[in-house]
Amino acid sequence: MSIQEFVAPDSLSEAKGFLSDGAAASVLAGGTDLLVGVRLGTRNPERVVDLKKIPELTAINIDAEAVHIGAAASAFSILHDSDVPSFFPGFAEALDLIGSTQIQGRCSAGGNLCNASPAADSIPALIANGAQCLITGPGGDHQMPVEDFVVGPSKNALKEGELLVSLILPRPSSQTADAYLRLTPRTEMDIAVAGVGVSLTLDGDGTCTAARVSIGAVAPTALLVEAAGAALVGTQLDAAAIEAAVAAARQSACPISDKRGTSEYRTHVVGVLVARAIAQARRRIVEAVS
Amino acid sequence: MNKPLNKMAVQATINGEPTAFLCSPGQVLADVLRDELELIGTKIGCNTGDCGACSVLVNDRLVCACLVLAAEVEGQAVQTIEGIAEGGVLHPVQQKLLEHAGLQCGICTPGVVVAAKALIEHNPNPTEEQARYWLAGNLCRCTGYDKIIRAVLDAAQQMRQEAAV
Repeated sequence: MSIQEFVAPDSLSEAKGFLSDGAAASVLAGGTDLLVGVRLGTRNPERVVDLKKIPELTAINIDAEAVHIGAAASAFSILHDSDVPSFFPGFAEALDLIGSTQIQGRCSAGGNLCNASPAADSIPALIANGAQCLITGPGGDHQMPVEDFVVGPSKNALKEGELLVSLILPRPSSQTADAYLRLTPRTEMDIAVAGVGVSLTLDGDGTCTAARVSIGAVAPTALLVEAAGAALVGTQLDAAAIEAAVAAARQSACPISDKRGTSEYRTHVVGVLVARAIAQARRRIVEAVS
Repeated sequence: MNKPLNKMAVQATINGEPTAFLCSPGQVLADVLRDELELIGTKIGCNTGDCGACSVLVNDRLVCACLVLAAEVEGQAVQTIEGIAEGGVLHPVQQKLLEHAGLQCGICTPGVVVAAKALIEHNPNPTEEQARYWLAGNLCRCTGYDKIIRAVLDAAQQMRQEAAV
């Protein structure tokens, strides 16, 4: 490995200093992408900045408005040491699909997002839940919706010296639930052919009042399919509404063909998953209320 | 792999023993365990986090030592396969792997033992499905997994019985 310097700052200001003095620096959260990249020669940092000593980067806080997940908090701690899964079972399912137990012990939701793979499992689940990115940098702090953060395969919107601090998920009401489904050739340790995140809100008589549908692995980035959500709002989630959402998702998909599936197959599958994820999110709301 | 001269001094607790070592900034924990500390029970298979042969615990969290920088474990507790048996007494997971013939070539075995022990500590009564998912990141090319899973479930049962006494 070519890494010449390892630093583990314990504050955001110190970390920003290490990222903005001109050295070729990479941040390190769980390292499950970075250290593989260094090993394969695709990443070549001189300095590695370990973020896990910075309290804001690993904290998971739930307040009246939102759930705040430090960008470097491991999937294992989100899944097993926090209440996040009870608020966002779909987001939890997405994290639980990433890699093995060993990988989940290290990998983070923030890292999955910054790595910006088109097939990342947690990104459609974050988009469906309306998550925001809290970013800090030389110009101060700002927020950005997750759907705007990934700008291309392996490319994110962070500017020179900027750092993803946390993910902010608005707290769901008791009438809101999410779901994430993906298709892989194997049941474990595989990469999505297609993935779908859905969040629904229903009112007392079962009418959908809000819906967000996000699709992954079928375009250069995970997409928010606004037309799919719009097709569901105001309906009772009847067959025609679900079919319209499915059609909108397939319309937005522009997948590649590769060893995991052809473009036609992925486009078909993403629609199937949209219908199933809607059904699962609805079931969660109905079961929570009854 | 070049060898930078800027070695770092790291102090950690390894298998309960306060331990100091020198490492390069880019050196991974698996290499330090094997090459600097002579703890060669931890095996290196893929070096990319896919095979689980280098499974260790860092602060009780199951990880692949090939995907941890050694410098990251400053002040932390690392447990390797060498810390599992107590003196000459094998851990139940080790004993049951022997009884069920859950190993052949042995390269995956240290990682399987560390991961299975972590499973049982996390979930003392795992179902077969839970055990298979938990161990999905430990590849074995010899046994076909069935004997490993039987051994792990048997060890969990024995440990529950011992805990109940």
